[in-house]
Amino acid sequence: MSGTDTTILIDEVPVPFRPGQTILDAALEGGVYIPHLCHHPEFEPHGSCKLCSVVVNGRNASACAMKAAPGQEVEVDTPDLHAYRRTLVQMLFVEGNHFCPGCEKSGDCQLQALAYDSEMMTPHFVEFYPRRPVDASHPDVLLDFNRCIQCELCVRASRDVDGKSVFALAGRGMASHIIVNSPSGKLGDTNFSVADKAAHVCPVGAILIKRVGFATPIGERRYDLEPISEEATRCAVGEFK
Amino acid sequence: MAAETDVVALVLRRRADPTQLLQILREAQEELGWISPETARALASTLGVPATHVESVVQFYSFLYDKPRGRYRILFSDNITDRMLGSLTLFEHMLKRLKLRQGEVSPDGAVSIDLTSCTGMCDQGPAALVNNRAVTRLTARRVDEMCDLVRAGVSISDWPSNYFRVEDNIRRADAILGSRYAPGSALRAAIALGRQGMLDEMKRSNLRGRGGAGFTTSVKWESCRNAPGAERYIVCNADEGEPGTFKDRVLLTSYADRVFEGMAIAGFVAGAARGLVYLRGEYRHLLEPLEAKLDAMRRDRLMGAGICGAQGFDFDVDIHLGAGAYICGEESALIESLEGKPGKPRIRPPFPVTVGYLGKPTVVDNVETLAQATEVALHGGRMFAGRGTKHSAGTKILSVSGDCSRPGLYEYPFGVRVEQVLKDCGASDVAAVQVSGPSGVCLTPDEFRRHIAFEDVPTAGAFMVFGMERDLFEVARNFAHFFAHESCGFCTPCRVGTALLRDALDKIAEGRGSRYEINELMRLAELLRRTSHCGLGQTAGNPVRDAWAKFRPAFERRLIRGEFDPAVDLDAALTRAREIAGRDDAAAHIGAEA
Repeated sequence: MSGTDTTILIDEVPVPFRPGQTILDAALEGGVYIPHLCHHPEFEPHGSCKLCSVVVNGRNASACAMKAAPGQEVEVDTPDLHAYRRTLVQMLFVEGNHFCPGCEKSGDCQLQALAYDSEMMTPHFVEFYPRRPVDASHPDVLLDFNRCIQCELCVRASRDVDGKSVFALAGRGMASHIIVNSPSGKLGDTNFSVADKAAHVCPVGAILIKRVGFATPIGERRYDLEPISEEATRCAVGEFK
Repeated sequence: MAAETDVVALVLRRRADPTQLLQILREAQEELGWISPETARALASTLGVPATHVESVVQFYSFLYDKPRGRYRILFSDNITDRMLGSLTLFEHMLKRLKLRQGEVSPDGAVSIDLTSCTGMCDQGPAALVNNRAVTRLTARRVDEMCDLVRAGVSISDWPSNYFRVEDNIRRADAILGSRYAPGSALRAAIALGRQGMLDEMKRSNLRGRGGAGFTTSVKWESCRNAPGAERYIVCNADEGEPGTFKDRVLLTSYADRVFEGMAIAGFVAGAARGLVYLRGEYRHLLEPLEAKLDAMRRDRLMGAGICGAQGFDFDVDIHLGAGAYICGEESALIESLEGKPGKPRIRPPFPVTVGYLGKPTVVDNVETLAQATEVALHGGRMFAGRGTKHSAGTKILSVSGDCSRPGLYEYPFGVRVEQVLKDCGASDVAAVQVSGPSGVCLTPDEFRRHIAFEDVPTAGAFMVFGMERDLFEVARNFAHFFAHESCGFCTPCRVGTALLRDALDKIAEGRGSRYEINELMRLAELLRRTSHCGLGQTAGNPVRDAWAKFRPAFERRLIRGEFDPAVDLDAALTRAREIAGRDDAAAHIGAEA
């Protein structure tokens, strides 16, 4: 069985796509969940987190960066891909300082949700414990770089939507880190505003709006109520229908 | 402030063009020694870019400094071939003599000493860079002399010129290295063939890219020509960063006319009027000679408008210098770097032939490929395809280094056996050959009858020989450190995975590794291969996988018998506490009583 001119096969299930759509967008819209972190429906494909790694007609690919095309047979939920995703999530955990029980993003955090989704039980690797000071200088927004996963969504939102370029990713390799566009390097000295798109795109707890942290109690938050796999496909289907 | 005025002048000389940022930073640093926050801000405001953009570029490239690094910035090349020639002993010796620690700047601000990735002088190492100028053939005596010169504050321009002598070391020459080339002859031959005729010869030649991937060159040129758009670019990839490779350095030293003519011919066929050479920062010494060569070619009408008098054949070349980033050898990262950004690989497709430099159709070819294109122009495609093998036409230049008596360049028709190369370079009792660098393949004696060719053992050119006494575990560990240092950090598997590979090998080296670490290494290597964004990550696990498969005893003698030894070293974890307490007695150590 193979797809048609307007469908691809994802784990042997036909999924329709529109011309120009990526495999990931077609999948989500068709109700098939492919894990992802750096992808955001309102932004161009980025392709850095690699959680959406799939196999397309025998070749490795990122579902967020590859266009859907007739004849594609996409493997998503195979044992080895599932294991890779879990390892990638573990890598993100040990690279930063992620302590879910004490994090006010708990329950709303995509990294945490993906840890559950990938059945991660422990961080597995030796923690790197990097030293990453927090930036509390802004009156309305806290930056906690300990939890940054370098998806660059804030960089993209601030540059492309807000037109401010408040954030940039600097450095190389494990030394990569977010920097802030002000002489002091502090967010409080920028024109960043809580109304900016960039204040609301962080998939983890690196950019936190002050004074609303526990307005929704833990236990009643987005991923407390339903797993990310269901939440993401429900939202995508809602968005396009 | 004088420095800021200088910076503005530098920016204006480059037309205040933000895509020239990397070149401007490099020039600013050559003047000022480092990029201070004031310099960065002055640059950003003059160029009209966010200050964070300047910062992110400075922090990405190893040879740009956002902190003072001393008037003398000494970097020892840390390829395994340098190590085999005793580089680490010399490095330690210099640190000791100048009373410094690695990476530290001396209190008087005079000097800093550190390590850097392979500088492409493997045939004449141990090598170093002093303020980005290549120093070759280091000896204990030369290191002592350098220390004296640093202490006396002698300007580098007054250092003995023989320190900076770089040899070609051509040991076996063939079509490219051996022929006496008449400048302009390939250009005139191409013009005589016409644009389509030259492309047809390229197709007949079956010339494939010499940078390692082996893509058919004529397909690239034709795709670029056929891509929609008014402007096109030819990029010469001279970011020869693969440890153990140095052939492009020699081509650009002594055969630059062929390389530039090859670029112009590519432009002629693809319809591009502008070429860019991306020259790795380690080859800074080649910049002025190459600029002079281009000037001479312009005078001789071999560059510029109406090349060789041919109406409408306009082509000229700019040279961009890199600044210490192996990843810029990847073509899309290279293009990002040419545009003045951190060199991070793009999502492909689209490929550069349709969306390349400044979003325009761009051919990116290796230095050697472009030189080979002049052979096709001169002798025709059929003649070219007649040499080498069916799938690998023409000759290939190998950079031979390591345990052999005659390191240097060897040009062979494709298909040469590994054992033939070993014989020719004077290597005996060979345990292994690393072909095509750390991202390539490790061959053992039972494989020495294999052929250098795209269909058997493909290579970008590196050929590092390891004798029986060498420790292949340490080779793999050196390569793992290299990849962790050079990972651009864009994608999760490579950014974190290369660091995990490095740390697991270090743990084994410390005698604390077990079979657990081996399993982890193999699992990580497979993950990197399957999920990394580009070739760097995809191949970063190869050395450890090859070494484990082929040199198992080198690992096993280091492994502990138990299932697992915790990564956390409790005694080491107390180091800081001991420092604070000012203690180092036996009772301040865990396990002291045992």
